[in-house]
Amino acid sequence: MMNQMTNVERSVDSKNIKIAANNVQVYYGDTHAIKDVNVEIEDKTVTAFIGPSGCGKSTFLRCLNRMNDTIDICRVQGDILLDGEDIYDKRVDPVQLRAKVGMVFQKPNPFPKSIYDNVAYGPRIHGLAKNKAELDEIVEKSLRRAAIWDEVKDRLDAPGTGLSGGQQQRLCIARAVATEPEVLLMDEPCSALDPIATAQVEELIDELRSRYSVVIVTHSMQQAARVSQKTAFFHLGNLVEFGETGQIFTNPVDPRTESYITGRIG
Amino acid sequence: MTDISQMPDAAPTAKPKSGSLFEKDARTKRRNAAESRFKMYGIAAIGIGLLMLVVLVTNIVTAGTGAFQQTYLELNVELKADKLDKKGNGNIEDIKKVSTFGYAPLIASALENEVVQLGIQTDLKPKEMGKILSKAAQAELRNYVIANPDEIGKAVSFRFLTNSRVDGYMKGRVTRESIANDKSVSVEQLDFVDQLRDAGVLYKAFNLDFIFGSDASDQRPEAAGIGVSMLGSLFMMFVVLALALPIGVAASIYLEEFAPQNRLTDIIEVNISNLAAVPSIVFGILGLAVFINYMHLPTSAPLVGGLVLTLMTLPTIIISTRASLKAVPPSIRDAALGVGASKMQAVFHHVLPLAAPGILTGTIIGLAQALGETAPLLLIGMVGFIASNPPDGIVAGFLSPNSAMPAQIYEWSKRADPAFYERAWGGIIILLIFLVTMNTIAVLLRRRFERRW
Repeated sequence: MMNQMTNVERSVDSKNIKIAANNVQVYYGDTHAIKDVNVEIEDKTVTAFIGPSGCGKSTFLRCLNRMNDTIDICRVQGDILLDGEDIYDKRVDPVQLRAKVGMVFQKPNPFPKSIYDNVAYGPRIHGLAKNKAELDEIVEKSLRRAAIWDEVKDRLDAPGTGLSGGQQQRLCIARAVATEPEVLLMDEPCSALDPIATAQVEELIDELRSRYSVVIVTHSMQQAARVSQKTAFFHLGNLVEFGETGQIFTNPVDPRTESYITGRIG
Repeated sequence: MTDISQMPDAAPTAKPKSGSLFEKDARTKRRNAAESRFKMYGIAAIGIGLLMLVVLVTNIVTAGTGAFQQTYLELNVELKADKLDKKGNGNIEDIKKVSTFGYAPLIASALENEVVQLGIQTDLKPKEMGKILSKAAQAELRNYVIANPDEIGKAVSFRFLTNSRVDGYMKGRVTRESIANDKSVSVEQLDFVDQLRDAGVLYKAFNLDFIFGSDASDQRPEAAGIGVSMLGSLFMMFVVLALALPIGVAASIYLEEFAPQNRLTDIIEVNISNLAAVPSIVFGILGLAVFINYMHLPTSAPLVGGLVLTLMTLPTIIISTRASLKAVPPSIRDAALGVGASKMQAVFHHVLPLAAPGILTGTIIGLAQALGETAPLLLIGMVGFIASNPPDGIVAGFLSPNSAMPAQIYEWSKRADPAFYERAWGGIIILLIFLVTMNTIAVLLRRRFERRW
């Protein structure tokens, strides 16, 4: 199965840019964490951010739905355009943005509530369902999309925290897709999972590509190679190289990318 | 590494000895000895603590249980119409004109009859016999007659309190030797008490009035109860709970979740911790200056006591609430924000419910602290006030002068009669029962609602 995924269709038909970042700088206090990053993330594509620890890939990911707003000392400069609109514009409410740009975190973090309530929470606060039947429908659809419906359909009232790690992470993905986002950000979604759960989540990511633009941060180069069509390599806060995944892994332009991929740095 | 290899060969003097693993070398022996010494210190410290606790509890229980028993004398009193209702028309106003003093002869003659009936031989005059009863007996009789004027002319059975010396004699606190210089009781009276006890009309029984009754004057310790000051404490706790919980939780949520990190919030934070360490008497003097002298709220009122204790409890609640908010993992906040919840939704839907058991525990412990606080009440006049009447309704409960349990205990411990001393210990038992109950509830809540994630 994993071998099949390395042979995923690389070419992307539509050149439909979902997110465009121009000259993005991020500062943590006095530290210049992200330096002059330009990147274009396409719709219905999996884009992987790879790079050694502390290179800024997670920081950049969190800029894309303004999760960095919760950190007082963090400042972002430059433009990040979602469908041509600057998400750091004063008129943008981050709460509305985050409904459009969903996020899955490194550690599975279901709410300590029932499985149903975990998925239903987003639709509830955004008023996506008019009645209970509609909400039920959204919950089922989201759990199906996250490929976990069959495992939990008989125990929707059971606590989400009682699931296994891989199930919890897929529940978190179901929760993220329940609000009908356009972009799905994933911050090392498999780093806390065992290989089998990882394979399940990777398979799921490939399915999600048909509906969403997926951006995934990963430490595992194999994972990036398996699931993504585009890859960006970050090093020391710089975006070193960005291109087709196949090209990055087989024929990198920058010597630093080559060193990282072949295991000499990082 | 290179530095070490360049050092002269003589430098490393301590080499690991190569001996049998079955033999402990001197160094290991020393370390093991130090460890077991430390364990002994710890066990000794805990032992001393437990011993103190046992001594304290035994002391309180032995000294205080007496207050829950009281000596009573059963008497059949004939409510003579010619004394109580001289005009004979049953007019309640006329009946009320007979003062408590006028009831004394009724009791004296009732006692005389009783003695004759039981066949007790004594040299005491009826007046002397009557003195073994509490001064509260006449008042009790009068209250009964005014409440039931129809009973005039009939004989009614009463259970009167005996005075504190007789009660002390029954409990072993007063002996024939100890009353040598006591003018309020004589050896003959004690003999008389023995005779009555043997006849079965004078006995000890559970003292419900101590728990629910009101305080009494210096002359009548046997009639004093802690009930009214318990109500005072209850009303104060209402004020504390109604003010300290919402204010404390709101302040903590703002400081913990919303306030920017800057110099001002740092100063506020440090000062809240400082406030928790301020001696309670300082809050008392603040209450006196602000609530009574400036705002002219009534003195000795549970409302003012509650306000002062609120000031004192707030830092405790804020500190424990902030600690339990901090203990909620940030991943929960991220999860909520990640699906597009606003900050307030994240806090109120997810963080606060998870922090609730901690907040409740902190609140209950803060309340328990406030319940046992005496010093600030000293300054606003809740100590020294004799809580002789239960408050009349809820408004009066907050505004009319009252005492509080610890204040009442302090007040009793100051009085001369040893019977009051016994009551002070009894009051401490009741107060401790409240505190232990509250702390147990706090522990149970924490156990019950503790969530794992």
